[in-house]
Amino acid sequence: MSHTVLLTLSLLLAVAMIGAAWITISVHRVATAMLAAGLVSLFASVMFLLLAAPDVAMTEAAIGSGLTTFLFFFVLGRVRGGSDD
Amino acid sequence: MDWIAMATGFILILMGLYGALTNRNILRMIVSFTVANTGVNLVLVAVGYMHGRTAPILDQAVPVADAARRIIDPVPQALVLTAIVIGLGITAMMLTYAYKLYEEKGTLDISKFRDLKW
Amino acid sequence: MIRNFAVFLLLLGLAAIFMHLMQGYIPATGLNQTAQYYAEHAAQDLGAANIVTAIIVTYRGLDTLGEVTVLFLASTIIGMVLAHGSNKHRRALQRKLPPSGELLTTGSRLLTPLILLFGAYVFLNGHLTPGGGFQGGAILASAALLLLLTDPLRRFSHRLIAVVESISGLVFVGLGVLGLLLAGGFLDSRILPAGDFGTLFSAGAIPLIYSFVGLKVGAEFTSMLAHLAETERS
Repeated sequence: MSHTVLLTLSLLLAVAMIGAAWITISVHRVATAMLAAGLVSLFASVMFLLLAAPDVAMTEAAIGSGLTTFLFFFVLGRVRGGSDD
Repeated sequence: MDWIAMATGFILILMGLYGALTNRNILRMIVSFTVANTGVNLVLVAVGYMHGRTAPILDQAVPVADAARRIIDPVPQALVLTAIVIGLGITAMMLTYAYKLYEEKGTLDISKFRDLKW
Repeated sequence: MIRNFAVFLLLLGLAAIFMHLMQGYIPATGLNQTAQYYAEHAAQDLGAANIVTAIIVTYRGLDTLGEVTVLFLASTIIGMVLAHGSNKHRRALQRKLPPSGELLTTGSRLLTPLILLFGAYVFLNGHLTPGGGFQGGAILASAALLLLLTDPLRRFSHRLIAVVESISGLVFVGLGVLGLLLAGGFLDSRILPAGDFGTLFSAGAIPLIYSFVGLKVGAEFTSMLAHLAETERS
């Protein structure tokens, strides 16, 4: 890929990641914060691919964006009642 | 290109730390720790990037003879692979303790746990 | 109020440190000495095409042993903390769920063997393409997760998971000690011959070692998920 396309794509991904992290810390419902953390992990996985690290991208997509979000929602389903801020 | 990744990683660390220090609900603190963890991994991988080179896998695109001139540093990638997997283990342990705390006291607000304060 | 002010001061101090680090950072133009050695010798000594796999399994194998230990500790602690004593008493008042639909049951039965096959492919080909034991183990755990989501009252046999995990850990350490006796050092992969470069049966013992790491990691993640799913309250 040419240099300017790479630069534009990484700039877009960086802005999207920072926006998703802002949603994580400033929203009211806990479920939305957990979904936004999964979104940060997904964008980070694409950015790892742009940084020429395919192993790390695969691991982050499988573990960070898949299993972590599932673990969060498992536990959220069992603490109904204590999770309102 | 690696400036952008490094700056984003540092900003994610700062936002994760801010979320972990100002929230009261334990689950939100754990979510902020996960965001900060992702930021640290991003900074580590961005250090190993070199302009104009490609991934450290030898195939038809990168023949064996000139591997040392065409690949980026493979050592930070090996370290970050380990760090991501251990981050999941730590998050699972934190969530288990949060569940146990909820079972004992019925609330997840951290200012209600005053057993260790004088 | 005071607490928010102190938090802002801390974050400002950290931001100043990060800016100082970024200004003093000069991107490298050539590989440093360690990376140069790995890049030149990974193909002829070990026969592995994926240099990151060669580093994780052979050159820095002791770090992988430490990571496997940390994961084992985490999974054991979760099993201990979530063990509840009144198991039989709780089983009497489990709620009755309506059966999952036809689409969900048939779809999960079709997909689970395919996901397990894909996970095995990923950790067997770790030395040729991007992939390896950790990614393959996570994919195996997501097959178990699919079964748990379809039928939330399903219970996995903890004995089978514990047996798989223990045997994989023993074989991993055993292969490492064999490397100590027969070849250069701990977890040296030259105990098996390095075949033709780029085929499946090449790179010595790297596919064998990485497969057992993948099985162990998959079994540990599955046991974590099974313990969390058993805390079902009515």
